[in-house]
Amino acid sequence: MYDTNLVLGGKEFTSRLIVGTGKYSTLPIMRDAHEASGAEIVTIAVRRVSLPGTGESILDYIDTKRYTLLPNTAGCYTADEAIRTCYLAREAGLGELVKLEVIGDQRTLFPDVMGLLEATKTLAREGFTVMPYTNDDPVMAKKLQDAGAACVMPLGAPIGSGLGIRNPYNIKIILETVTVPVIVDAGVGTASDAAIAMELGCDGVLMNTAIAGAQDAVSMARAMKLAVEAGRLAYKSGRIGKKLYATASSPLEGLPDWTS
Amino acid sequence: MSVTITVNGKAMDVEPGLTVDGLLTLLNVKREYTAVAVNREVIRKSAYGTLKLSEGDKVEIVRPMGGG
Repeated sequence: MYDTNLVLGGKEFTSRLIVGTGKYSTLPIMRDAHEASGAEIVTIAVRRVSLPGTGESILDYIDTKRYTLLPNTAGCYTADEAIRTCYLAREAGLGELVKLEVIGDQRTLFPDVMGLLEATKTLAREGFTVMPYTNDDPVMAKKLQDAGAACVMPLGAPIGSGLGIRNPYNIKIILETVTVPVIVDAGVGTASDAAIAMELGCDGVLMNTAIAGAQDAVSMARAMKLAVEAGRLAYKSGRIGKKLYATASSPLEGLPDWTS
Repeated sequence: MSVTITVNGKAMDVEPGLTVDGLLTLLNVKREYTAVAVNREVIRKSAYGTLKLSEGDKVEIVRPMGGG
């Protein structure tokens, strides 16, 4: 079936799965999981260099010709911190595609949407392609779009929780509310969660822990690839309606007469 | 004579007139995919050779790490 590509900042991506680089048991496993996931975009954090700076770099395990890097602002609690982190990422040569997080609470890691909106406005004006991690709130999604966000990334459930898509109805309303791509970010625990997001009509799914924390990260990465593709294909295929009672699949006519 | 600066949260005594470029060399930090902020301002790579560090400067040197 014909399908369009995911477009972010004028760049086209065939894969609709975005994966992280955190929490892997080893860097070679991370590299193999990236390969198995088929992802074309990988998220990274920006952190202090350990000094002296002789240690190995995560970028020794990411082919930057093949993968688009998506620096995040994880750990930022204000718009100012998030904006400065994006400037650092750009100066480090990591590009202008950014996963914008402004965290509002340490325990839930829910976003501070006021700070998020402010940072989105500033960064979009400064030429960044802003991908904001937000609540599953259609009103905020619309505000982020109007502020210049390149997509909106509602959470399915808290970051790292693996609770799945807790409010599919809100995600559905977001999809009807905005015209920019909708990418579910956070909450995915297993393949069916990713498939559900895609079946709803989402344009992509972003995940880290679900793959990195699995007992076999590489095979889970492949499961997620298949789930995202299956969910997308099912969405594009137009599923049947739900009915309370049965509808026979076999003809009712032409049954042999077994009465004696 | 030396000046005291803070690098990634740690105090450090350096020669007066040390540039950002000199600091990176001193600390053996690779330039690729690295960024520097001094007193909260992100420094352009083109300014590394000319920007001299002063007493009390707070320097942050960052690069990509694993994250989601």
